[in-house]
Amino acid sequence: MMEGLDDGPDFLSEEDRGLKAINVDLQSDAALQVDISDALSERDKVKFTVHTKSSLPNFKQNEFSVVRQHEEFIWLHDSFVENEDYAGYIIPPAPPRPDFDASREKLQKLGEGEGSMTKEEFTKMKQELEAEYLAIFKKTVAMHEVFLCRVAAHPILRKDLNFHVFLEYNQDLSVRGKNKKEKLEDFFKNMVKSADGVIVSGVKDVDDFFEHERTFLLEYHNRVKDASAKSDKMTRSHKSAADDYNRIGSSLYALGTQDSTDICKFFLKVSELFDKTRKIEARVSADEDLKLSDLLKYYLRESQAAKDLLYRRSRSLVDYENANKALDKARAKNKDVLQAETSQQLCCQKFEKISESAKQELIDFKTRRVAAFRKNLVELAELELKHAKGNLQLLQNCLAVLNGDT
Amino acid sequence: MSNDLRRCFSWERRDTLCERKSFTNQSKQGFRHHGVITLCRKHRPLDLLGNLQYLATLDMESVVAAVDCSWPVPSICMVSREKGDDNPANAHHCRCRGSQETTASLSGSRNLGFHGEWTLVFDEEPGVQKALEVLAACRADLHSLPVSAHLGLFSQSSPSSPEPASLPAEDVTANSNGPKPAEVVLEDDREDLFAEATEEVSLDSPEREPVLSSEPSPAVTPVTPTALIAPRIESKSMSAPVIFDRSREEIEEEANGDIFDIEIGVSDPEKVGDGMNAYMAYRVTTKTSLSMFSKSEFSVKRRFSDFLGLHSKLASKYLHVGYIVPPAPEKSIVGMTKVKVGKEDSSSTEFVEKRRAALERYLQRTVKHPTLLQDPDLRQFLESSELPRAVNTQALSGAGILRMVTKAADAVNKMTIKMNESDAWFEEKQQQFENLDQQLRKLHASVEALVCHRKELSANTAAFAKSAAMLGNSEDHTALSRALSQLAEVEEKIDQLHQEQAFADFYMFSELLSDYIRLIAAVKGVFDHRMKCWQKWEDAQITLLKKRETEAKMMVANKPDKIQQAKNEIREWEAKVQQGERDFEQISKTIRKEVGRFEKERVKDFKTVIIKYLESLVQTQQQLIKYWEAFLPEAKAIA
Repeated sequence: MMEGLDDGPDFLSEEDRGLKAINVDLQSDAALQVDISDALSERDKVKFTVHTKSSLPNFKQNEFSVVRQHEEFIWLHDSFVENEDYAGYIIPPAPPRPDFDASREKLQKLGEGEGSMTKEEFTKMKQELEAEYLAIFKKTVAMHEVFLCRVAAHPILRKDLNFHVFLEYNQDLSVRGKNKKEKLEDFFKNMVKSADGVIVSGVKDVDDFFEHERTFLLEYHNRVKDASAKSDKMTRSHKSAADDYNRIGSSLYALGTQDSTDICKFFLKVSELFDKTRKIEARVSADEDLKLSDLLKYYLRESQAAKDLLYRRSRSLVDYENANKALDKARAKNKDVLQAETSQQLCCQKFEKISESAKQELIDFKTRRVAAFRKNLVELAELELKHAKGNLQLLQNCLAVLNGDT
Repeated sequence: MSNDLRRCFSWERRDTLCERKSFTNQSKQGFRHHGVITLCRKHRPLDLLGNLQYLATLDMESVVAAVDCSWPVPSICMVSREKGDDNPANAHHCRCRGSQETTASLSGSRNLGFHGEWTLVFDEEPGVQKALEVLAACRADLHSLPVSAHLGLFSQSSPSSPEPASLPAEDVTANSNGPKPAEVVLEDDREDLFAEATEEVSLDSPEREPVLSSEPSPAVTPVTPTALIAPRIESKSMSAPVIFDRSREEIEEEANGDIFDIEIGVSDPEKVGDGMNAYMAYRVTTKTSLSMFSKSEFSVKRRFSDFLGLHSKLASKYLHVGYIVPPAPEKSIVGMTKVKVGKEDSSSTEFVEKRRAALERYLQRTVKHPTLLQDPDLRQFLESSELPRAVNTQALSGAGILRMVTKAADAVNKMTIKMNESDAWFEEKQQQFENLDQQLRKLHASVEALVCHRKELSANTAAFAKSAAMLGNSEDHTALSRALSQLAEVEEKIDQLHQEQAFADFYMFSELLSDYIRLIAAVKGVFDHRMKCWQKWEDAQITLLKKRETEAKMMVANKPDKIQQAKNEIREWEAKVQQGERDFEQISKTIRKEVGRFEKERVKDFKTVIIKYLESLVQTQQQLIKYWEAFLPEAKAIA
C-alpha cells in the first residue's frame, strides 16, 4: 500500500543490517540464530519473516522461516511473563507496537496539499515523508528482531517450547489481540501489582546486593525515562531544523532560477549546498535517534523488566516470610504443621531459586548495559564525527567555489 | 445653449473610496474620460457633492449633464482655480483649473481675478430646473454674482507626509441660493482631518487678491512649473536639491565605484528616562575621510524616532523623483513597551540588540547612496549634537493614523491608475521585483522557522545534557558513569553552539532577507511614483486635447476674442504637457539608474552576507568535530 515500499526487497540490506542487536550485545551462538529476514507492511499490519538457523535437535530442519505478526511477538512475551519458571529471569522486553499512523497521516496531508505547492516541492516532500516512513519501518523491524535475539541468546528462555513453536510452526499461531475484558483485567493486574510493589518495597532486604540493586534500578529507571524523553525531543527538533534546510534550499532554488542578475548561479550553488547539508543533518538526527534515543528507550524497557524481576523476588520473599510465620503459628497450635512446612519449604525453594538466578541476571544486565552503551556511544561519536566532517567538507567546497566566483 | 447643456457625457466611477476622498486629494484620478455613468441615487449627498465638484473641475458641461440626469442634487460645487496657479504640491488641484477656465470661457469673461479655488455652492435642493437656471445664470454672468468668500484652510497635520500638506479652498457662495459654507457639509465627515483652521474672509472684490496669495499655506506657495517634480520640501531647505540638480550627475559618475570612505557604527544602547516616556538612545559613530565632514571621527546620541525622522525627511525629498531611499527599521510597540517597562529579561535585551543592528544596517545602507550621502539632513543627523526632535513618528498618534489613511488612499489610487506601459524594461523589472519579493518572503519564512527550530533544538539539547548528567550520576558502573557525564558536557557545549548558530541564522540570514523585503517595497514605491508622474502627464495631454477642441468650436462659431483666449490656454497646456513628459523621462531615467545601483548592491550584499553565514556554519561544524573527537576516547574507555 505504501509506494515507499515498492523498493521493499532491499530495504533491510546493506548498512541497515547493522541495526541488528544494536542495543544488546549478544554473543552469537551457532546453535541458534534468529533474524528477521524480511518484513511487509500490509495496511495496519506488519508481517515479519522470522528466519531461524539452528543445530539444536528439537527442530526438524536446520534452517527455516515463518511469517509472524506483532501480536504473536506479544503472545510469546506474555507467555514468558506468565510462566512461573521464569520468575527469576529478566524477561526480554516486548517490542513496541508498530506505529505508522503519524507518518501515514502526514503522507495523506501531503496528498491533500498537492495543489498548493510546486511540483518540485511536492516530490521533495513526498520523498522526505517516504524516507521517514521507511525509517520508522526499519526501526520497528529492528526492535522485533532484538527481542527474538535476546530470547535466543538466553540460556534458559531459548529452550522454551513456546519459543520453538513461534519459530517453527509455519502457520498462523491464531493468537488474537487482547479484547476489552482482558485489557481491563490487565489494567487491574497492573494496579494490584504496583500497589503490591509499594508494600513489598517496604520490606527490608536481607541481602545487600539486592538492596543495592533495588535502589539503583528505581532511580535508574526514572532517570533513563527522563533522558530518553529529552533525547527524543532533541532529535525531533533536529529533524525539524533539517526540514527547514530543505525548504530554504528550494526557496533558494526558486530564487536562483528567477533572478535576473548574475547572482542566480550563486543562489543555485547555495541551494545545492543546503540540499546536501539537509541530507546530512537529517542523517545526524536519524543517527542520534538510533544510537541514543533508541538505546535509552530500550534500557527504559529493560530496566522495567529488571524491576519486575526484583518485584517478583521481593514478592516471593514476602511470601516466604509469611510462610515462616504461618509455620510458627501452626507449630504453636500444633495444627496443620506438615502442610505449613511444605508450603514454607516451597516458598523457600522458590525464593532461593529466584534469588540465585536473579543475581546472575542482574549482573548480566549490567554487563549487557555497559557493553551496549559503550558500543552505541562510540558509534554515535563516530557518526557525529563523520557527519560533521562531511558537512564541513561540503561547506568548504561550496565556499571555495563561491569565493572563486566573486 | 440647451443642446449644449443636454449633451451627455459619460463618466466612469471606479471606486467609492475614491469618491469619498475627492475632497482631500488625488482621488479625482479615479475618474476617466470614458466609460459609464455610475453615479446614482444611493450616493450620499457628500459623495455626490464630491463627484459634482470633480465633474465641474473638468468640464462645465458635465455638471449640467449631471443635473440633467435628475439626480437629487443637494448642492453643486464648482471648484475652480486661478489660471497659472501651478502648485506642484497639489497635483489634483491642477486638475481643478479646467473648471474656471470653462466657466470663464462660457461666461465670456476672461480674468475672473480670483486666486485659489472657488466653489459655488447651491445649497438648497434646487431641483433640476433650478439648478439649470442657476448654472445658466452663472454662465451668463458669474462675475456679477453677489458673492461672499469663505476661506477654508484644510491641512493635514503631518509635515513628514509625502502627500501635499494642505488643501486650501475658497468658497464663493451665491447669496441668493442660501449661503452656506461648504465646510459645513464637509465637517461632519472630515473634521478630524480638517479641523486645523477655518477662517472667514470676506472677499467681495478682486482687490483682495494680494492678501489671499500671501496666505501662509505651503500648498499655495507659487512654484514655477519647472519645479513640478523637484524634491518637495519645506522652503527652508529648498535650495539644497536645486544645487544637487546640477551636480547630481557628476556625483553619481564619481561614485560609480561606490567607494565611500565612511564607516558608521551604532552602539551602546542606553535607556533614558522612566516609564512610558522612556526611550533608548544609541550612539552613532562615524569614521570618515570625506572632506564634507568637518572631523574624521565623531559620534552623536540618537534615539529611535530620530532615525525615523531622518528616513521620512529623506523619503519626502527623494522618493518621488525616483530615488530608492532605504527604509528605516519598523516600529515595534510591543518590543519597546517591554523595554520601557524595564524588565531586564532576555527578550528585551534581544529586542534592543536586534534594533541596534537594524539601525546600523539602515545607516550604512543610507550613506552608501551617493546622493543621500550629500543630503544636509543626513549630515545633520550624523554630525550635529542637537537635532530637532522628530515629530509625528509615533505609531499611535493622529499623524500616524493619518499616514495610514493616506497609505490606504494611495493603494486605492494605484489600483485605479491603469498605465499602459510602453517601456519593456520597466515592465520586466516590475515583474521581476514582484517575483523577487515573493521568493524572498518565502525564503524569509523558512529561515525564520529555522531560527525558531534551532533555538528549540538548543533548549532541548540543554535539557538532554541535564538528563544525561543525572543518568550518569545514577549509573553504578564507574566508567559508564564517567562517559555519560562527559556526554552531558559535550551536549552542553553543543547547546551553546546551536544557540550561537541560531543567532547567526537570525542576524545574518534572516535580517538580510527582511531588510531586502523592505527595500523592495521602497523600489516598488519609486515605480509607483513614476506611474503618478505618467498620470499627470497624461492628464495634461487630455486637457490639451480638450482645449484644442474648444478652440475648434470657437473657430466654427467665429468668435475671435475667445479664439485668442483658447490659443493662450493651448500654449499654456502645451508647456505643461512638455513638462510632464520631461518629468516622466527624468524619473524613468533616475529609476533605471537607481535600480541598476540597487541590483548591484543587492548582488554584493547577498554574496558577502551568505558567504559570511556559510563561514559561521563552517565554524560550527569545526567546533562539533572538536567536541566529538574529544568525546570518542571517553566512550571507548568504557569497559
